[in-house]
Amino acid sequence: MSLYAFATQLLTQLLELLIALALAPLLGGWVNVCRARLQKRCPPPLLLPYHNLLKLFRKDVLLAHNASSLFRVAPYLIFSCMALAAALVPTLSTELLFAPAADAIALVGLFALARVFIALAGMDVGTAFGSLGARREMLIGFLAEPALLMVFFTASIISGSTSLATIVGTLAHHEFAIYPSLAFAGVAFTMVSLAENGRVPVDNPTTHLELTMIHEAMILEYSGRHLALIEWAASLKLFAYSCLGIALFFPFGIAESTGPGALAVAGVFLVGKLAVGGFVLALIETLNAKMRVFRTPEFLGTAFLLAVLAILVHLLLEGGR
Amino acid sequence: MSPLALILLACLVWLAIGLLGATFSRRFVFVTRVLFPAGALVAATVALTALLALLTQGDTPHTAMLPLGLPGLPFHLRLDALSAFFLCLLGAVAAGISLYAAGYFRRGQGSTPGLQCLLYHLFLASMGGVLLADDAYFFMVAWESMALSSYFLVTSDHRIAEIRRAGFLYLIVAHVGAIGILLSFGAMSGGTGDYTFDGIRTNAPEGWLASAAFLLALGGFGAKAGLLPLHVWLPEAHPAAPSPVSAMMSGVMLKTAIYGLLRVTFDLLPEQQWWWGALLLGLGLATALFGVVFSTVQSDMKRLLAYSSIENIGLIFAGIGLSLVFAANSMPLLAALALTAALYHCLNHAFFKSLLFLATGSVLHATGQRNLGRLGGLIHRMPWVAWLALLGVVASAGLPPLNGFVSEWLLLQSFLFTPQLPHGYLNMLLPVAAGAIALTAALAGFAMVKFFGVVFLGQPREEHLAKAHDAGRMERLGLIWLAAGCVLLGVLPNFVIAALDPVTNFLVGAGFAPAADKGSWLLLAPISEERASYSGAIFLGGLLAFTLALFFVVRAVFHGRLRRADAWDCGFPLLSGRTQDTAEGFGQPIRQVFAPFFRITREHPSPFDKEPHYRIVVDDPLWHWLYLPLAWLVDLGTRVVGKLQRGRIAIYLLYSFVTLLALLVFTTR
Repeated sequence: MSLYAFATQLLTQLLELLIALALAPLLGGWVNVCRARLQKRCPPPLLLPYHNLLKLFRKDVLLAHNASSLFRVAPYLIFSCMALAAALVPTLSTELLFAPAADAIALVGLFALARVFIALAGMDVGTAFGSLGARREMLIGFLAEPALLMVFFTASIISGSTSLATIVGTLAHHEFAIYPSLAFAGVAFTMVSLAENGRVPVDNPTTHLELTMIHEAMILEYSGRHLALIEWAASLKLFAYSCLGIALFFPFGIAESTGPGALAVAGVFLVGKLAVGGFVLALIETLNAKMRVFRTPEFLGTAFLLAVLAILVHLLLEGGR
Repeated sequence: MSPLALILLACLVWLAIGLLGATFSRRFVFVTRVLFPAGALVAATVALTALLALLTQGDTPHTAMLPLGLPGLPFHLRLDALSAFFLCLLGAVAAGISLYAAGYFRRGQGSTPGLQCLLYHLFLASMGGVLLADDAYFFMVAWESMALSSYFLVTSDHRIAEIRRAGFLYLIVAHVGAIGILLSFGAMSGGTGDYTFDGIRTNAPEGWLASAAFLLALGGFGAKAGLLPLHVWLPEAHPAAPSPVSAMMSGVMLKTAIYGLLRVTFDLLPEQQWWWGALLLGLGLATALFGVVFSTVQSDMKRLLAYSSIENIGLIFAGIGLSLVFAANSMPLLAALALTAALYHCLNHAFFKSLLFLATGSVLHATGQRNLGRLGGLIHRMPWVAWLALLGVVASAGLPPLNGFVSEWLLLQSFLFTPQLPHGYLNMLLPVAAGAIALTAALAGFAMVKFFGVVFLGQPREEHLAKAHDAGRMERLGLIWLAAGCVLLGVLPNFVIAALDPVTNFLVGAGFAPAADKGSWLLLAPISEERASYSGAIFLGGLLAFTLALFFVVRAVFHGRLRRADAWDCGFPLLSGRTQDTAEGFGQPIRQVFAPFFRITREHPSPFDKEPHYRIVVDDPLWHWLYLPLAWLVDLGTRVVGKLQRGRIAIYLLYSFVTLLALLVFTTR
């Protein structure tokens, strides 16, 4: 690899990371605004998440007496996992420096690593709600993770690779070939991302009702900068999943070089697609009610079956093309 | 000195150390502080020698003949790529476990340390013998001494009835398995009477006899490895044994069964059938799912780990099965990929499961408790054990950047290449099998969070836990050795794959050394970089660098103020160890989702009880469907046979007379 290519790939990689860090809270704010409009409420300010993060960073950390060092390390680690995940997804360009270091399976592993640490942190203080949340989070995790992997497998069997850059490159070029398998995979992916990001109908990010919360129950004991990092990481996760959905199912417009012009066009496309995606998420959350925790196995089981069906449809109808 | 001679010498030194220990069994300090570390040194030598032999020797195996054994039946020895790999595994893991064991045994617990030392080193030497054997006779001798020495190690606390029972169960299953292996060797020799492996290779049977030999070997080695439905001894025997022995059994002994199966299937039998692979794959996946589902609902920490071992063995078998399918369809490169994944997982499992078993040993010493419901909060009192166990937990859950992820990644990669197979049905089923592996890995995460969270995090569930002490210096050394292995195997996969290259070349005729050389040493790209690539080192480096940078940036831009306060807990005032999830509570979602897997009996308290008790027992349904009826049949059979015993000499004379008569009629006809 020439030095020039190395430098531009590094710059693109850094640009993607910065865009993810900067835009992630905005996406959360946008979803909240859309949802409030759809529910005929007065919407909160679009930039409220930034304000909240800043406020939390400035506050002191209140740490429970028996919180261990793991509890204090976890927010930084979780944030790093999510930032790396958001940086790994080819959002602007497929020419990324760190793309060869982690493929789709490693990305799923990265999400799982963050989940394990947040669950452990939830159990650390030893409150009733912390372990309740950890248990439910792991329940959703072990149901969602195989479904997500099967979605990736569908895409990788189509493109003959598990490398995200190759998958996105292949799918972006076949504009006219419509894959019925991808339709199944898309539905499965949407269901998984709703569950993984703690959205309605699986979890409700706005609730603090003790018996129904999942994500919020685990992070009850966090405060100050730790809480800020965790909230930011959660919005990064939503951002990463949205970008994944865009990259897998609507990849047109992505830059396959590192030229500034192509990147600018890709950036405009990305913001537009994210805005539409955020609106769709708000619509889903408005039209559905939260389900009981023990209905989620059915929900995610359906997602898993749909993803398996996607693979079978590809092998049967598309002849393993 | 040739590597074979050096390793043989190492096995003899182990025996000598054992005998020394038995001789000076009252000199506690000598036995624990000198003999066990010496054993660790010997183990490290074995690992190093085997590794060098693996990397340098090429295709020519070292062979030797020992003038021992029966007249006319000398012991044949051989060191080739396959046995060198497993010897390397044995040595590397045993070094860590022996270091730990040096600090583990206490005065006045179980058998004397001298006896433990003898049995432990006999166990090591016989495992070495199994891996070196080049004829069926020596193999069976070593195999049986391995089974017996481990049986006596399991029952070292023989005063407890439960442990005696567990040991007995282990003994029975081990011997049923040994019969299977013996018969398999018989079928393979095909009546020629030549039981050297060379003889078996030259006139190996074909057709149904080969399949029979394979099935018998599968039963025999499967019983030792804990394959469904012969797994029942594993969750009983592992918790019963002292922790270094559990670690050795789970980490290394189960792998000798994998070795045996590989030796028989790929080396001794000339031609593989694809349905053998499909059978192994199905059994392996069933075992993996069964093991992991049961491990999530256990309340005893060592039982939880034992079931998790069953899961990992299942994954290894699935990899071997896939490799067989590819090999039988003459796709050597893909067969090598699947086999590499399986062998890599053997190595990984040996490291992380030994680490976790040893960690439970330290917890057991510090608290006297195996029951998860009476532990908790130990990270404050035992930080060394907790943080090292956390590495094992992350590795065992198959999470990047540690070693468990690499082998699962390779396994999933090899499943994704299946659409090239000529069998239509298999093509359809294999992606679904990949889904089953993904589910297994995700459930392993659940089990490991439960294990670590309930033992080390939260509040102590009993008062005396506040007095727990951290592991001693030798114990820590052993744990650090194994944890370092978990990290290194995770970040340097290319070295491991290069070392595995001679093994896969020997077994399926293809390897990955060229692929590993092509990329940089950082990047693991088994087929091509376009196709798939992963780099544990970059992953770990990126994660650590980002986390550290983040920490300092947050400190610099904002502040580092921190105050201690009471836990918030939504304002609930009563915060005691009893309000946390118990192990049963944490496993409750699994019990609900996988209810058909279990046989659950509940005892609910009546509303009028003064001291209400809630009891729930989760049983293995196979025990009730398969083993109890079998035991009943055996019992019935012995009753019938027992009728022959009359206690009168006239009747016994009559039996002899009738037998003689029958034989005369039979022979003179």
